[in-house]
Amino acid sequence: MGKKYATPLLDELKKGAFPSFVTEIEKAAEKTEYARDLLGLLEQSYREKLTHWKHGGIVGVRGYGGGVIGRYSDLPDKYPGVAHFHTVRVNQPSGFYYTTAALREVMGIWDKYGSGLTNMHGSTGDMVLLGTNTESLEAIFAELSSRGWDLGGSGSAMRTPSCCLGKSRCEWACIDTMALTNEITQHFQDEMHRPAFPYKFKFKVAGCAVDCIASIARADMSIIGTWKGDIGIKQDEVANYSKTMDIQKEIIDMCPTGCMTYTGGKLSIDNSNCNRCMHCIAQMTKALSPGPERGATILLGSKAPIVTGALMSWVIVPFIKLEPPYEEFFELVGKIWEWWDEHGKNRERIGELIERMGFPTFLKGVELTPHPAMIKSPRRDPFFFWDEEDIQR
Amino acid sequence: MAELPQRQTDIGPPHYEKFLPPVIKKNYGQWSYHEVLSHGHMVHTAKSGDKIWTVRVASPRLLSTTTIYEMCDVADKYCGGHLRFTTRNNVEFLVSDEKNVTPLMEDLKKRGFLLGGIGDGISNIVHTQGWVHCHSAATDASGLVKAMMDEFADYFTKTSLPARVRIAVACCVNMCGAVHCSDIALVGVHKTPPRINAETLKNQCEIPSTISSCPTTAISPDPKTKSVKIKLEKCMYCGNCYSVCPSMPIADPVNDGIAIVVGGKVSNLRSNPKFSKLAIPWIPNNPPRWPEVVAAVKTIIDTYKAGAKKHERVGEWVERIGWEKFFALTGFEFKAQHIDNFTFARETFRTTSSFKW
Repeated sequence: MGKKYATPLLDELKKGAFPSFVTEIEKAAEKTEYARDLLGLLEQSYREKLTHWKHGGIVGVRGYGGGVIGRYSDLPDKYPGVAHFHTVRVNQPSGFYYTTAALREVMGIWDKYGSGLTNMHGSTGDMVLLGTNTESLEAIFAELSSRGWDLGGSGSAMRTPSCCLGKSRCEWACIDTMALTNEITQHFQDEMHRPAFPYKFKFKVAGCAVDCIASIARADMSIIGTWKGDIGIKQDEVANYSKTMDIQKEIIDMCPTGCMTYTGGKLSIDNSNCNRCMHCIAQMTKALSPGPERGATILLGSKAPIVTGALMSWVIVPFIKLEPPYEEFFELVGKIWEWWDEHGKNRERIGELIERMGFPTFLKGVELTPHPAMIKSPRRDPFFFWDEEDIQR
Repeated sequence: MAELPQRQTDIGPPHYEKFLPPVIKKNYGQWSYHEVLSHGHMVHTAKSGDKIWTVRVASPRLLSTTTIYEMCDVADKYCGGHLRFTTRNNVEFLVSDEKNVTPLMEDLKKRGFLLGGIGDGISNIVHTQGWVHCHSAATDASGLVKAMMDEFADYFTKTSLPARVRIAVACCVNMCGAVHCSDIALVGVHKTPPRINAETLKNQCEIPSTISSCPTTAISPDPKTKSVKIKLEKCMYCGNCYSVCPSMPIADPVNDGIAIVVGGKVSNLRSNPKFSKLAIPWIPNNPPRWPEVVAAVKTIIDTYKAGAKKHERVGEWVERIGWEKFFALTGFEFKAQHIDNFTFARETFRTTSSFKW
């Protein structure tokens, strides 16, 4: 099947070294009317500098309140192939690992019912099947779920949790990110598939402070692996690094706490002053390793700028052991959601709610003990509250 | 239509263990170290002595099933049928037999895949949907990414920078993805307020939620039209009202454009995670290749490369030299828009007489 429309602007984006999304749409257009009309619609957007998609309507599969994003073109008569162009969010396996058999299976279903276009993966982590019509949704879901696949989250619900690859291939992982992510996802299937929260809630799990999953910037709850105890040092490997690296300049001088020395060919660390930033370990991975007692720091609240400015997650639990069956963790999540449910306004993220109500009020509400690790500095104003029991009557 | 198989609900995703290569399953949690062999491949060694080689290739994220089948063919041939995707949407082929590494890399090159993205360079650009699939896009995302990565392909495949440079593109200020903490990020922005369609608004939108969606309380009820009105001088063009009310379109082909923010990071390496800050408030939307945007990003990268110390991220370099120096070195015009007058403004004013000329 040939092209339906001339696309001179998009054709410009087929040139160059980097793989082209236009080429991908053209490949799909060999198979589907969706992709053929998408090329026409997109060319028009490039010409007019204007999107031609309308707000999502409410579409989905029976029994679920999310997982499908309705999408309609505002030019359905001109481009009937994309009159409906709904997204199906398929919950990815932890760590984004696949066998070719599994991928072929999902793609086979998608070729049968959809546009032949995907996002591998969406920002939240789902495998995104991009573009189908309302009539096909139940069939897609039956085909997927009967083969062991399920939908991810959307709307005011727990969103699909995601993680870095953790212990599967990384020597720095202080927690089993893939196991925990899978556990959270399975534990809260109802909270993910049937939106009942004030707004969205995202979990992202990072194995260490390098944070390859960007949890601190884009998860309502950011779980970041860390350790207690001394960084492991292999002095013979330090000696090997000294042959290719200026250890004084690249490691000692760049340590943010100045807790390291390198004298007489021996590396020493004052671990009591280390803030576990990971720079030295990341640069000398053969010589240095995270300390022996492994766990995570839990941070809360990050989100993009809408509405009153972007937030990064801040510490609410300095250290927690995260091992199955994760009882303490799930109990904490339950308390946080209950407090949010009780006080949160419609479309108010947990971070915004804490800003509105006050961090101390939150800590009291979810029964967490204040700790200096939770703040950059104590308050500088004299306007603080007391409880009744603090007052002499 | 043939009869459908029996659906299941709330089963969750397949367990990841089913998809792990045998060498990964065997050495799970027992990895000792890794070595970056080139921008396109690395090897991890386990305490057992077992090794796994990873070969990474670029992806536009928007992939056809055709290309995914081809990736599967390659993974079947060299990787025992195993592959994965990274958090920045690259594709990784996992090889447990060293003799397959070179043939795999050669085959990938022959098929036109771009090897790279590992180490101190520019990895894949995290981005949003743009005009391909989003109703609130102020620009396209895939096209911007393609235009930039064509220009910076060498930093993906072979040339090192002082540290990793993480680039991201968000097609509107909703910023799906970690755009606000990237070394360099492009954000689609509006410059004009939404237009109210009073006729459709009264049927299409819930007035209280439309009013409460406005962060600057610019929207109020308009009883005359059973619609709403906007105090124009209060509107900051965020488009949040359009998200909840389709009768308030904000897209404006002439005035929509791109802002560039710089200096963010998510890792804790050396310095704390940082937000990206405004470098250029507006560049016109100029598809299909956005030359003005690409040139500005190139200026940032060139200036950073010339001035940063080894391991220093863009934000760490800017903080060391100072923002006044950043504007001087890049030649970017400093405007009123750079000075914060929103939520966190007071923390950004300079409360010292020490700064550089």
